[in-house]
Amino acid sequence: MEIVRSQRKISAGDVAVISTFPLYRTPPVLEVRLDDFELFAIDRLRVLKGISDGLSRGKKPDEIERLVNDLWKSHIRHPQASESETINKDIISHFVLRLVYCRTEELRKWFLSMETTLFRYRFKLEGFESQRAILAEFNLPYKAVSNAEYKSVEEKLTQVARSLGQSVTRSDDIFYKVPFEEVPELVAGRKVYVHKGHAYVAMNQVVSLVVTQFRSNLSKALILTNRKWTSMISDKEKNRLTPIVEALSTSYLGPDYSEAKGFGEISLKDLDRVANSSFPLCMRHLFDKLKEDHHLKHGGRMQLGLFLKGVGLPLDDALTFWKSEFSKKVGPDKFDKEYAYGIRHNYGKEGKRVDYTPYSCQKIITSAPGVGDHHGCPYRHFSEDNLRAALNKMGVSSRAMSDVMDKVRNKHFQLACTLTFEAIHGSSCDAGINHPNQYFSDSQKILQSKVLLNNPSA
Amino acid sequence: MTRDEAKNDRDDMLIDGPDYQNPNPNLISDGFNASYLKVYYSKLFPYSDMFKWMSYGNDGKHPGCDSSYFGRRELSFTLDNDIYLRFQSFKTASELESAVKEKCPFKIDIGPVYSVDPSKRHAYAQTGDNVFKPVERELIFDIDMTDYDDIRYCCSGADVCRDCWPLMTAAIKIIDIALRDDFGFNHILWVFSGRRGVHCWVCDAKARRLTNEQRAAIAEYFHVYKGNENSQKKVSLGGPGLHPFLVRSYTEVLKKFFEETYLSSQMLLSSEERYEKVLEMIPDESITSELRGKWQDNRRSSKEDTNVFRWGQLKHVLQSGKQKGQGLRKCVEEIVFSYTYPRLDSEVTKHMNHLLKAPFCVHPKTGRVCVPIDPNNCEDFDPTNVPTLSQLLEELNRESLGEDVETDLERTSLGKSIALFRSSFLQPLLKSCKEELEDSYNKKLQQSKDSLTW
Repeated sequence: MEIVRSQRKISAGDVAVISTFPLYRTPPVLEVRLDDFELFAIDRLRVLKGISDGLSRGKKPDEIERLVNDLWKSHIRHPQASESETINKDIISHFVLRLVYCRTEELRKWFLSMETTLFRYRFKLEGFESQRAILAEFNLPYKAVSNAEYKSVEEKLTQVARSLGQSVTRSDDIFYKVPFEEVPELVAGRKVYVHKGHAYVAMNQVVSLVVTQFRSNLSKALILTNRKWTSMISDKEKNRLTPIVEALSTSYLGPDYSEAKGFGEISLKDLDRVANSSFPLCMRHLFDKLKEDHHLKHGGRMQLGLFLKGVGLPLDDALTFWKSEFSKKVGPDKFDKEYAYGIRHNYGKEGKRVDYTPYSCQKIITSAPGVGDHHGCPYRHFSEDNLRAALNKMGVSSRAMSDVMDKVRNKHFQLACTLTFEAIHGSSCDAGINHPNQYFSDSQKILQSKVLLNNPSA
Repeated sequence: MTRDEAKNDRDDMLIDGPDYQNPNPNLISDGFNASYLKVYYSKLFPYSDMFKWMSYGNDGKHPGCDSSYFGRRELSFTLDNDIYLRFQSFKTASELESAVKEKCPFKIDIGPVYSVDPSKRHAYAQTGDNVFKPVERELIFDIDMTDYDDIRYCCSGADVCRDCWPLMTAAIKIIDIALRDDFGFNHILWVFSGRRGVHCWVCDAKARRLTNEQRAAIAEYFHVYKGNENSQKKVSLGGPGLHPFLVRSYTEVLKKFFEETYLSSQMLLSSEERYEKVLEMIPDESITSELRGKWQDNRRSSKEDTNVFRWGQLKHVLQSGKQKGQGLRKCVEEIVFSYTYPRLDSEVTKHMNHLLKAPFCVHPKTGRVCVPIDPNNCEDFDPTNVPTLSQLLEELNRESLGEDVETDLERTSLGKSIALFRSSFLQPLLKSCKEELEDSYNKKLQQSKDSLTW
């Protein structure tokens, strides 16, 4: 890809367009204006960020499908643009963002996940013939299951179809027999029949096969790009592309709340007070359970511990806090031996010495609390009765409650949390809740401004 | 007492340490201590078997061997005073043996095989590129009885008894069959964790090379239990019908186990408190109150077990023709799954770099050895009958001490466990490792030949 400053527009003649559905296997050989370089990338980022938001709000697959379609139309495929312009924009923006997002493990992970989601839903929106063509383009060595073999497993395939609530399979349906390792998501969801190491993948599931390929190709490519970037490009381009690339990656990711900002530190003596006024329900629940049981299992310790770090509780106070509770159950010695390490670890003082970031809503919502666990997102993991009781305790009025429960039933867990926030604080939260530490800092902002209003001299 | 004398006479006694100076040397006190463990590590621990296992054929003379293989494996030791030594690595069985004898770890954990020798990881860290990473690891499962605390009434926490242990037996059967029939694995080792659970090691080459994502997929495939402290519904079985894996688990293992064993042994429907927990899982008020009505009136003269009788009633009501809702028909299965389906600690399975306690360690709290369990006869396994450290030492002392470590081992009750480890796991494993090694070597040879002639 050549980047030029000239005003020359990319014309369709610059690139031979083969498919409308690029697999991004080789960088395009064409010239790109510097402005387009940045603008295209920002447009694609809007798409990816939109997908990311949708996922973290717990949208269902069909909602994501619509979302992807809308985002794609409004940011990449402009109505006036020709087909080839759209494809060029698609390819260019993808490769620019590779440069932007190849540079750290965390950036790669996010980009890989969003691009894969985008690819998945775009693939699903394609017609049957086009899907087969894309499948062929990946050059996968799988053959359709023969008629005789189909007969031998027909009963099992029917069971699987029924378990998925689909109509019963017919013998003219095409199945591919592939090593189970190739379709991890279908195995994980028990969406395929697995026998002797092979999964029987129905034609309407090949999206998983293709996505696995796409993902693994992109994952490898990102690592290679990173190598090239650090060894050559970044230096060569330090006056031209490097500033753009670096700005792009930081400008769009939200804050990670790894350091408490704006409020300084919270000390141990204030903890009970702020827990009551400014903790979101997930954290308040863990906090209360800890006080009640004097113990939390690993998931709970991580979720609450990192949150408290983000809130600004210094390491020494955190140790005192956890010790004072755990000692009542396991004794101070056992605490020092078995639990103190984990807390120092969270603060980056042990092990790999990584300063761990507090969990975001998305991470909490997708966690899977088990027996004896109290972590997770109450809006997602509590039964309706327990959630009502908990909200009641927080002081949510019955009218607000029904709105909250409504969101919960539609799986908009973060919106439910946002409504709870608004009900308790009596003021709106337009950005929505995306992070427990954001809940906390927004709450503190409101409460402190109220203190100032009532007591201007303070 | 002849045994007493015999022991006092023996100057060359291999067993030493403070406990042997005690005035009553013929009696080995129950329990666990460092000096017993030293004897165990010097006379009984099967170093060479462990080494053969974890070398996977890479310890021979074959030109296709990767002689660095065992040395790239992380082992970690937990010492007496809770000092935790991670990233230990050893090139040979004898290196491993002398380190274990010297450090006398209370626990040995096995980690992954890394790209480079884990004890030299810092040297590689300097190079910037992240070359120190796990490359191979057995697919492992950890099942712990504490995760069943809400559905067993006989014990809780760390305790197990003959009434709740069958939960583990059911878990072993279900996972073992699925690993073989569904996923096509062959080399599977089941091990008693020493106190209240079991560990599973899947050692096929294919299993060792799974990515984290693929491991997570298998863990999810097995993951049915979704309950947490704040929700009533405990299992999630998916759509209107059951997946073939769940069908098989239900018809071949769980149904029989629940109806013929667990229901009665835990008296799940005898008292109000217990049957209410079952009724909670039925989402239809009219049905629960109908059953409650039948059960509150406790007079019944039949000899049949109350639990079995009531279970019959419950099934009749839920599965009778008038219940049209699929949801209610599935309730029976949901209840059975809730009470008996294996509960795995999936985090252990999902990540390559998770450590797991090595077989043949001794559990410091119970003194019991982590012995292999034969999945084909897992009903016969009794956790309260597993050899303890003190029992083994007594067996060693009872007979005259031989010169040969091998015969010492065979004389104790650990001998049977080692024999099982070899015959049902190690030998078939090494045989197929050898074949694979041969295969890939020949292929490589062929390739280089081809490129030469070309």
